[in-house]
Amino acid sequence: MTNLTFAPPPPNTEATEKLRAEVRAFLNVELAGMTARQRAQSWSGRNPAFSKKMAEKGWIGMTWPKQYGGHERSALERYVVLEEMLAAGAPVAAHWIADRQSAPSILRYGTQEQKDFFVPKIARGELFFCIGMSEPDSGSDLAATRTRATAVEGGFKVNGTKVWTSGAHVSHYMILFCRTDAKSDDRHGGVSQFIVDMKTPGIKVSPIVDLSHEHHFNEVVFEDVFLPASAMLGNQGDGWKQVTGELAYERSGPDRFLSTFTLLIEGFAMLQEAVDDRAAIALGRIIAHLMTLRRMSRSIAGMLQRGEDPAVHAAIVKELGTSLEQEMVEVLRLIVDAEPDATSSNPYVAVLAHTIMHAPSFSLRGGTREILRGMIARGLGLR
Amino acid sequence: MSETTDLIRDMAEKLFGDTCDKSVLAAAEKGEFQTGLWKEVTDAGLSGALLPESAGGSDLSIEDALAALRISASRAAPVPLAETMLAGWLAGSALAVPEGPLTIAPASNSSSIALKKTGAGWRLEGVGKRVPFARNAAAILVLAEADGANMVARVDPKACAISEGRNLAMEPRDDVTFACDLGAGDVAPAGNNVNLETLRAFGAAMRANQIAGALSRTLEITLQYANERVQFGKPIGKFQAVQHNLAMLAAHSAAANAAADMASEAAANGMNLLPIAAAKARCGEAASIGAGIAHQTHGAIGFTREHMLHYLTKRLWSWRDEFGKESDWSLIIGRAAAKAGPKKLWSDIVTA
Ligand SMILES: Cc1cc2nc3c(=O)[nH]c(=O)nc-3n(C[C@H](O)[C@H](O)[C@H](O)COP(=O)(O)OP(=O)(O)OC[C@H]3O[C@@H](n4cnc5c(N)ncnc54)[C@H](O)[C@@H]3O)c2cc1C
Repeated sequence: MTNLTFAPPPPNTEATEKLRAEVRAFLNVELAGMTARQRAQSWSGRNPAFSKKMAEKGWIGMTWPKQYGGHERSALERYVVLEEMLAAGAPVAAHWIADRQSAPSILRYGTQEQKDFFVPKIARGELFFCIGMSEPDSGSDLAATRTRATAVEGGFKVNGTKVWTSGAHVSHYMILFCRTDAKSDDRHGGVSQFIVDMKTPGIKVSPIVDLSHEHHFNEVVFEDVFLPASAMLGNQGDGWKQVTGELAYERSGPDRFLSTFTLLIEGFAMLQEAVDDRAAIALGRIIAHLMTLRRMSRSIAGMLQRGEDPAVHAAIVKELGTSLEQEMVEVLRLIVDAEPDATSSNPYVAVLAHTIMHAPSFSLRGGTREILRGMIARGLGLR
Repeated sequence: MSETTDLIRDMAEKLFGDTCDKSVLAAAEKGEFQTGLWKEVTDAGLSGALLPESAGGSDLSIEDALAALRISASRAAPVPLAETMLAGWLAGSALAVPEGPLTIAPASNSSSIALKKTGAGWRLEGVGKRVPFARNAAAILVLAEADGANMVARVDPKACAISEGRNLAMEPRDDVTFACDLGAGDVAPAGNNVNLETLRAFGAAMRANQIAGALSRTLEITLQYANERVQFGKPIGKFQAVQHNLAMLAAHSAAANAAADMASEAAANGMNLLPIAAAKARCGEAASIGAGIAHQTHGAIGFTREHMLHYLTKRLWSWRDEFGKESDWSLIIGRAAAKAGPKKLWSDIVTA
C-alpha cells in the first residue's frame, strides 16, 4: 500500500505511568524558579546542572545498553520522559543532541573504543555534542559539503567552515560531516563522519547572534585541524548513509510539535477569565491537533522499539508538527488581546514575542519544510 | 492486531473492492437503493456488526466494526452501513429490529423529538433533521429522553412524514416528522451508557473513520493519476510543486487515519468523549485539505461526472459536517479545557 500509516502506539503501562509521575514530581521541584520566558526556550534552554540531575535519574541514554551506561528501557519510556520535559519547558539543551542523535550514531557505527569512551560519559550527563553538518554553501544540499579531511600520517587534516552549529561554544564534541575523497559520479559518495574534540587546536568557534539577540548557534572554522584516525565514525565513505540515519533520529521525537507548548499554556492562562466560544473553538482545535500528533509520535516510538526505520513517518510528524507550532502563534495572536514585547514582565506577552521570533526556525532546522515534503514524496514513490 | 481483525479487514477489502464499481456508485447517486450491495453487506455480517448474536447480529467488537466501516468508505460504498451499525448499537438486546437497512435519529442537533408515556404505550412527536437513508430504512431507531430516562423507540418510517433531502454525495438525508403512537413493545430503556451525547459521539467516530477511509483511497487514486498524466513531457508527479502537494495529502491522510484509530479506541473504551471530539475535528480538517489537493492534482478530468474522484470527495465534503463539524467538536474540547484550566491542560491531553 502506498499509504503511510501509523500503527497504533504501544499502550501505556504501569511502568510508564509510574515513570511519568516520577518525572513530574522531579520537574515540580527542579523547575520551580523558572520563568515562563525561560521555559519557552524549550529544548534550546541550556542548564548543564539540570542535565547532570537528569542523568542521575537515569533519564539520559534510557534505551541504550547497560554495558555503555544506558538503562535498557523501552522507546516508549524514553518518550514519556521527553514529552514531560518538553511540556514543562525543562532546560534540556545541554544533553539533548547527544542523547537524541550523537550517542545513538556512535552506538550504531562506532568502534568498540568509541562506544566505551563516549557513551557512558554522555549517559552521565558529562559530555555534550553539537552537529557539524551545515556549511555556508551546503545547507539543504548536504552532499555539497566542502569541508575536507585529507589523509595524513596517523589520521586526517581538516579544513573548512561549518555554520549554524547550535551549542558549538558549549559542547565538548562535534560529529563532523565532511568530504574525505574526491567527488565521484555518486554525489553521495566520498563523505565521512568524525567525532571531533572541540578543544583540538585549529578549531575556531565564533558566535552568530540570532534575530532575538540570543547566541545559540555559531560558525566553526577548521584550519589544518589534525584528527587521529581513531576519530573517524563508521567507515570512510559511508558518511551519507550514516548522516541520513542520524537525521532520522534528529526528526523522530516530540520536540517537533511540543516546543511551543509554553506559549499555549500562557495564552490560555491570559484568557482564562473569559474563554468565549471563539477562543474555545480555537483552543479546542489546537488540542485536537496535539492529541493526533502525539498519537503519531508515540507510534514512531513503537517503530523505534521494533527496530523499524521511521524516516518518512518522522518527516510527516515534523512537517505537521512544526506547521502547528507556527500556526499556534497566529491563532493565539487573534484570540488574546496583547501585543508581543520581549521585555515585558507579563509572561504571555514575553513568551509570544519569543515564539514569534523563533517560529521561522521550526521549519528550517533539522531539514526544511521543502526537504521534508520531498522525503515524503519519495516515500510515496514519486521520486 | 488480532486475527479476527485481520480476517474482517481482508473480507471487507474484498467485498467492497469487488462490488463498488462506478455503475453502482452512479446508480446510487440517481437515488436507487443498492439492494444487491446491501445484501452482500448483510450476508457478510457487517450490517449486524453491533447487534448481539441473540438478536441475530454478529456482535463484532466496536473496533472491528469501525475498521470494516473505514474500508467500506474507502470504496465510497453507497449504503447505510454506519447508520445500521449505530441502530444495532441503540437497539442492543432490548428491541428486536427488522431485516433490512436501518437508521437512527437524532442524527443532527437541530432535531427536536419528544417521547411521552401514554396509557398503554408511547407517543412520539417532533422532527428528526437530516436522518440518513430514512426513506430506505426498515426502521428508524429513535433515542429520546422520557421522564429523565433514555429510551429507544423503533419506528416504521412509513408511519412518518418524510421530506427528502440529500447530502453532496446524493446520499439520502431526510427530515422525518414523527407523530406516532407506539406500542409498549416498540420502546425500551436505552442500554448502559447510551444517551444523546454518546450517540452523537459514536456517530462522529463513525464519520471520522469514514473520512479516514475515503482519504486513504483519495490519496491512492491521486498518486496513480499523478504517475500517469503526462504534461511537458513527463508525469506531473515528477514536478516538485505537485510532489509537495501530494506529500501534504499523504500527511493529512495519515493524520486522519491516526485520529480515526484514536476515535475507535475511545468508542470501544466507554465512548470516551474527548478523543472522539479531537478525531472528528482533525478528520474534518484533513477532509477539506485533502479533497482540495486531490482535485487540484486531477485537473479538469476530476471535475467531471465520468471520473471516480468525486464519489470520494463529495463524501468527504459531506461527512465533515455530519455528526458535528470541526467547530462543534473543537468547542467541546475547548470548553472542557477552559473548565479544567491551563495547569491541567497537559495532563488532560495525556490521559484523554
Ligand atoms: C535555529 C537553527 C539551528 C540550527 N542548528 C544547526 C546545527 O546545530 N547544526 C547544523 O549542521 N545545522 C544547523 N542548522 C542549519 C539547518 O540545518 C539549515 O538551516 C537547513 O538545513 C537549511 O539550510 P540553509 O539554511 O542553508 O538553507 P538552504 O538550503 O539554502 O535553503 C533555502 C530555501 O531554499 C529551499 N530549498 C533548498 N533546496 C531545495 C530543493 N531542492 N527544493 C526545494 N526547495 C529547496 C529551502 O527549503 C529553503 O526554503 C540550524 C538552523 C537553525 C535555523
